[in-house]
Amino acid sequence: MKASSLTVRTPEGIVFSLPLAGPVTRFLAWTVDLACVSAAMTVAAGILGPLGLLSLDLHQAILAIVYVALSIGYAMLAEWMWRGQTLGKWLFRLRVVDEQGLKLRPEQVVVRNLLRFVDALPMFYLVGGAAVFLGRRAQRLGDVAAGTVVVRALPRREPDLETLLAGKFNSLRGHAHLEARLRQRVTPDEAALALRALLRRDGLDPAARVDLFHDIAGHFRRLVEFPVETTEGLTDEQYVRNVVDIVFRTRGDAAAS
Amino acid sequence: MILDLDRFLAAGRPSWSELEERLDRLESDPGHRLGVADVTRLHYLYRRAAADLARFATFSSEPEIRGYLEALVARAYGEVHALRPRGRQIMLWRLLSRSAPRAFRRHLGAFVLAVLATAAGAVFGGAALVLDPAARSVVLPAELAAWPPAERVAWEESVHADLLHGVRTRFSAQLFTHNTQVSIFCLALGITWGAGTLMLLFVNGVILGAVVADYMGAGHGGFLFGWLLPHGAIEIPAILIAGQAGLVLAGALLGRADPLPLRARLRNVTADLGTLVALCAALLAWAGLVEAFLSQYHAPVVPYGLKIAFGAIEAAALAAFLALAGGREP
Repeated sequence: MKASSLTVRTPEGIVFSLPLAGPVTRFLAWTVDLACVSAAMTVAAGILGPLGLLSLDLHQAILAIVYVALSIGYAMLAEWMWRGQTLGKWLFRLRVVDEQGLKLRPEQVVVRNLLRFVDALPMFYLVGGAAVFLGRRAQRLGDVAAGTVVVRALPRREPDLETLLAGKFNSLRGHAHLEARLRQRVTPDEAALALRALLRRDGLDPAARVDLFHDIAGHFRRLVEFPVETTEGLTDEQYVRNVVDIVFRTRGDAAAS
Repeated sequence: MILDLDRFLAAGRPSWSELEERLDRLESDPGHRLGVADVTRLHYLYRRAAADLARFATFSSEPEIRGYLEALVARAYGEVHALRPRGRQIMLWRLLSRSAPRAFRRHLGAFVLAVLATAAGAVFGGAALVLDPAARSVVLPAELAAWPPAERVAWEESVHADLLHGVRTRFSAQLFTHNTQVSIFCLALGITWGAGTLMLLFVNGVILGAVVADYMGAGHGGFLFGWLLPHGAIEIPAILIAGQAGLVLAGALLGRADPLPLRARLRNVTADLGTLVALCAALLAWAGLVEAFLSQYHAPVVPYGLKIAFGAIEAAALAAFLALAGGREP
């Protein structure tokens, strides 16, 4: 079965996963890199131009070597210096990593890039593309040989809970026994779902937003029944926000803020 | 129980931020070396973040924080657990003088197989030319097939002008780049479980055998070896070493009599593949220079005996280097 992420279990027993890159993004990154090599070649030809006036032979020899060095060495050097990223990969937020989650070794960078010659056959990376489509870890042949995978290097930030929860009155607070019961009955998955709905609410279609929070609030209302005076006038969305506040922020002082 | 996110974030944030800063510094300079105190601190921060991730995964499943911690732990894990060569740069000289001959000897069987495939091709090419002269245009490259040995030798020996004047460096560069591409293919085709590598070596052998048979049959052995040996003594072993690398890769893929899983087998040979490729590139650079600056000059400009002796010395030096350099395995 095709995996969508690379799961790594560390010797300490910690499990983490990295999302695998798809063939289309990789192909786009490659086209950017191809453009980079072409641009670099044009620049090199311009810089070396005056040399041709002194010796045409030497000028053409150096250009031939620069072309091969750029076309073969660009990706190797970039991936080694920039931790598995070329300009194209950086632009599309991709990164080459060791398939065990370890740091890339120089020989891995060399081998995966040399095997491009086979992956690129017969044209436009058809062999490599087929391997990415068919392989479990979306690896081209060079990745298989070098023990590498290409992952999506998404920027990760902590969610801003302060903006979401702080500074708002929570009418459900003040019933300690019901709060405790709520925390006891809400599962981590339910709590995460509610928090995620709140974090993404501005991106939802208005009708879908109303329906979603109606369903979630209804579920929480069935778990614990708060006195009518504390829930009167609360919209479903406010109810869910208050539940999330109770579940994720257990300190009493949070209620007063 | 569900984590109190406020408290969890407040407690973890200082150490996560410090870990991020240290990782940013490390990632901006691949050759950066840490002192003992820095390593100890990095390891502590990594374990702390890993513990936070484990705790979070157990008591909460909020995906944003989990994703953030996973990404942080993944980055730190790569730094803490990976082995890297010491020093700022990969020591190229050490790689070529010590690691390369050792890697060559470690995989001598693959080299012998590459030699056998080429030799089989050479026998086939030579036999095809001798037994069926009409096959000449098939087994020889077009420029050689169109030019009978006797005519070429007579022409080359009569021309005293420097035919490569003004294009010699470019010619050398073209030879180097062409041979490099052929060698890379030879290695890369190892991914076809070695079939592609063996076929490429066989085809190279066919051409080589046919050329030898063509010139030897015409009685121009002196010209042939004077022409081929100076650069061929290095170029042919270089391509064989590329073939050896391809077969090493194939061996790891096939894993005959090796109980290790595929990924472990591949991991075990990647370093040697990189080393053999570096050796091959260095040899091809030398062969390109020799081919442009010596091989294309024939008697009476450069006597055949001198060229053959030069090639023989090169071959002997290379053989001695591959057999003896780098010392024993540690």
